[in-house]
Amino acid sequence: MNPEQILFFLFGAVSLIGAIAVISFRHPIYSALSLIVTFFAQAGLFILLGAHFVAAVQVIVYAGAIMVLFLFVIMLLNLGTLSAKGAITGKLKGFAVILGILLAVEGVYIAVKGTKPGDPAVASAETATESVNTTTYSIGELLFDEYLLPFEVTSLILLAALIGVIVLVKRETQEEN
Amino acid sequence: MENMPLLVSIIISIVKILIIVHLLLVGVMIMIWAERRVSGWMQDRLGPNRVGPQGLLQPVADGLKFMFKEDLIPDHVDKPLYVLAPAMLLVPALVVVAVVPFGSSITLFGYEIPLQIADINIGILYILAITSLGVYGVVLGAWASNNKYSLLGGLRSSAQMISYELTLGLGIIGILMLTGNTLSLRTIAIEQGAYPWHWNFLIHFPAFLAFTTAMFAETNRLPFDLAEAEQELVAGYHTEYSSMKFAMFFMAEYMNMIVGSAVTVTLFLGGWHFFGLENVGGPVWSGLISFGIFFVKTAIFLFVFIWVRWTLPRFRYDQLMNFGWKFLLPVALTSIVVTGTLWITTGSRLVVGIGNVVAAFIVVSIVAGLLVMSTPKPAIQESDNQLAPTVLDAIE
Repeated sequence: MNPEQILFFLFGAVSLIGAIAVISFRHPIYSALSLIVTFFAQAGLFILLGAHFVAAVQVIVYAGAIMVLFLFVIMLLNLGTLSAKGAITGKLKGFAVILGILLAVEGVYIAVKGTKPGDPAVASAETATESVNTTTYSIGELLFDEYLLPFEVTSLILLAALIGVIVLVKRETQEEN
Repeated sequence: MENMPLLVSIIISIVKILIIVHLLLVGVMIMIWAERRVSGWMQDRLGPNRVGPQGLLQPVADGLKFMFKEDLIPDHVDKPLYVLAPAMLLVPALVVVAVVPFGSSITLFGYEIPLQIADINIGILYILAITSLGVYGVVLGAWASNNKYSLLGGLRSSAQMISYELTLGLGIIGILMLTGNTLSLRTIAIEQGAYPWHWNFLIHFPAFLAFTTAMFAETNRLPFDLAEAEQELVAGYHTEYSSMKFAMFFMAEYMNMIVGSAVTVTLFLGGWHFFGLENVGGPVWSGLISFGIFFVKTAIFLFVFIWVRWTLPRFRYDQLMNFGWKFLLPVALTSIVVTGTLWITTGSRLVVGIGNVVAAFIVVSIVAGLLVMSTPKPAIQESDNQLAPTVLDAIE
């Protein structure tokens, strides 16, 4: 095994263990922390793929910002330890089982029929990552050239969400007063 | 580095890491000494001067005392997180230095060794990513302590860090627009050149001020140290910590200051350049001189940190939020728009520099005017929630 493969299995294992820990911990704070570990391992996997920019953004946005807000909410609500019974009930249980089976089938299908290192699709992707000198540069070029319209639309949607939140919060505080 | 055998480059990397980590740890000790001596000087008293010459060994004595104190873990804490939290604050502070360029390069035995642990292409993003993780140490330490003062301190701190992180990131974008197509810190330092009037702090003066202020807030230093306001919260998030665990929180704060100064020097103050002095001497000496220049610049910036701490009083919580969201953020945003527009239309750094200052002045005046106009009459101010302003009140 070359060093890259060792790192791949290391990050993959950490990511899986973190993901399992998220659902097995009884305490929400520990679950949230396990999720951060998973995000980190995934950032490592992105770096192995040569997607440095995506890795950095993954840490900044998910591990650095969103999970802090998660922790914030968990602490303020003071959720405490969840009991084993109350977690999943009734209809949700059946739904979860169906989704789980679907995911398992997908996983098996990809493992059996998915792309392997020698396939033409993988090879062309590899040459593409090698030919682009800096990932950040090429992402910027794509965003502001080929995908300008989707990019602008996305930012507009975000702006709308932002304004919506401010309007909602404002109204509530006014009613309180 | 390209033509180097793998073993040699690994050894060089390890040596560089060892040197820089030790420099950082010694730097923390010197900073603790300097802080106490400088504060003494500013308040017309002596400060610690008994242990060693000029009290220089005081941090060593403090460290020994910390080591020999009982490592107390209170009964009511959440033990795993309580133990983990100091490390989670200290590790990001240590790891960030990996991408900071400390000087040009030294040529030894035919190998050119850049004075930097890793010159990665996403340098700035790496710094933003790792510094954003520092919040966890504070928040988890506060929560695991199971103490309401600690928790209040932690909540304040995380709200503050999230708010000011934004300004920190936006303040850099202006620089990136003018610095070719890379996020590498080394390239940014090199492109600024030897002369102070080419350095980024003049071209992006408002962004520089906003960035530096946000840096103060990120390190939880006065005037932004609401997380550990003694009069209100005992000691904030580290109230329940003692012995070396407290020392780790303490060290992390100073380490963050040193790293923050080093990053600011790299981004805004020309890195290791100073009137071409960094090119004097042979391949070895020029490297060492450039490192010396970088060291002096960082030291001056660290002095400013101490100076500000013993000069300005602490903000009130709503003032802190107002300042961050209504002044720093608009200034940083305007600086991006103005820099981009003027750079595309005129292509002159002088115009960009002047335009930035004028635009920032206009924005600050407008915001100040709006704030004065929207301030409610004193009669309304006596409502109940005036005593405890929340985040939402402040943003409003």
